[in-house]
Amino acid sequence: MTWDLQFTLDSMPTLLEGLLVTVQVTAMGYLIALSLGLLIAIARRVPVAGSVLHVVMEFVRTTPLVVQLVFVFFLTPPNISGMTVGVVVIGVHYSAYTAEVYRSGIEGVAKGQWEAARALSLPATRTWGAIVLPQAIRKVIPALGNYLISMFKDTPLLIAIGVAELLTRAQQIGSASFRVVEAYTMVGFLFLLVSIPSAIIIRRLERRYAAV
Amino acid sequence: MQFLIERLPLYLDGAWVTIQLTIGGCALAFVLAMAFGILGSMKHGLPRAVATVYVEVFRGIAALVLMFWMAYALPLATGFQLNDVFAAILAVGLNVGAYGAEVVRAAINAVPRAQIEGTVALNMSWFQRTRLVVVPQAWAQMLPTFGNLVIELMKATAVAYLIGVTDLTAVADQMREATGETIVAFSGALILYYVIAQVLIFGMRLLERRANRKLGRTPPGGAGLFALLRPPKTGTKVGVAQ
Repeated sequence: MTWDLQFTLDSMPTLLEGLLVTVQVTAMGYLIALSLGLLIAIARRVPVAGSVLHVVMEFVRTTPLVVQLVFVFFLTPPNISGMTVGVVVIGVHYSAYTAEVYRSGIEGVAKGQWEAARALSLPATRTWGAIVLPQAIRKVIPALGNYLISMFKDTPLLIAIGVAELLTRAQQIGSASFRVVEAYTMVGFLFLLVSIPSAIIIRRLERRYAAV
Repeated sequence: MQFLIERLPLYLDGAWVTIQLTIGGCALAFVLAMAFGILGSMKHGLPRAVATVYVEVFRGIAALVLMFWMAYALPLATGFQLNDVFAAILAVGLNVGAYGAEVVRAAINAVPRAQIEGTVALNMSWFQRTRLVVVPQAWAQMLPTFGNLVIELMKATAVAYLIGVTDLTAVADQMREATGETIVAFSGALILYYVIAQVLIFGMRLLERRANRKLGRTPPGGAGLFALLRPPKTGTKVGVAQ
């Protein structure tokens, strides 16, 4: 088997289209994970409901994403696209992780800060919004960034529900032309092309925020 | 319920394949993590560069892409067909091993300098220092993150059904196709995955306790046996990339 350069170049536009879908899913899923995770982290401090929520999120976190994707995909009515299901399920799955990240950040805020807010009789919204969260979130920015990369690398799982992301496109190219080596190898390279620079950015973020 | 009980043997067969994938993947990932982690912590530039290349390449490519490549591209490129189960183990092992190597490297670098200086003063060889002083101390620090990686690895094996391995997910998918009972078919698989994960978490906590006791430290979360059932409070990092 020889490497067909012309074929590789010809299939690049299709693969790049797939990469675009991958990036879209990651971006939208990450927004869900960031906001839902924060809500969960705060809700977990409520006495009884918090413990229940913890068990539920633990279940979500310790079961495979691909099973959750297929499960939800077959439960939703057919007029909802695979892409929507993918974005929501990936977002919710990762919110189980980001919630833990936020929680560690919130627990890291010094006790005196809470006490001072209480002494000043600040309402809960100000205590959270102006004192606790700004300090908590700043510390966990690199950890949150790591989950963005993890999430990006989990998007190929959407092949299981037929979303036309990168790996699905490669599979389509492969089955149409019987040349799979080029397609799958290029998918690997494209993943490296995105994830290595983003790993470097995260390392910079770590150096910048870890000192604080 | 009746449905699940009747088909339990099938699910258990699938779960057994999942457990085999997990054990195989963990063994491979552990060896790779230790080897490349130690290389990465060396002073010399060459072993460090080798470790960096391994870590960045295999951490950067998703396990599923690696699996597809090994199952479909490798046979055509080299004429060498891997067994499906073996390809899945190789893919998750290489992927998680890269994360593990970073954990090992960080833990080794976190061993206090005075410990290293002590071994130099005692005229220990590099091998003695690594085996007797550095790794036992780094070990206790690696374990909590390894615990998370073991769960990640177990979850990652679920994609093996896409290359034709009949693991737990494959069984659930076949059940759905055969009976149309989506909720029951997948709930069964999810619950079994959850049980496997809980067993793994418990086992890793036992290991952690042992490692801490050997160093004369009280394990995080308290000393009693019931402390194992409580999740450790702070300082445990959850998830993959650290």
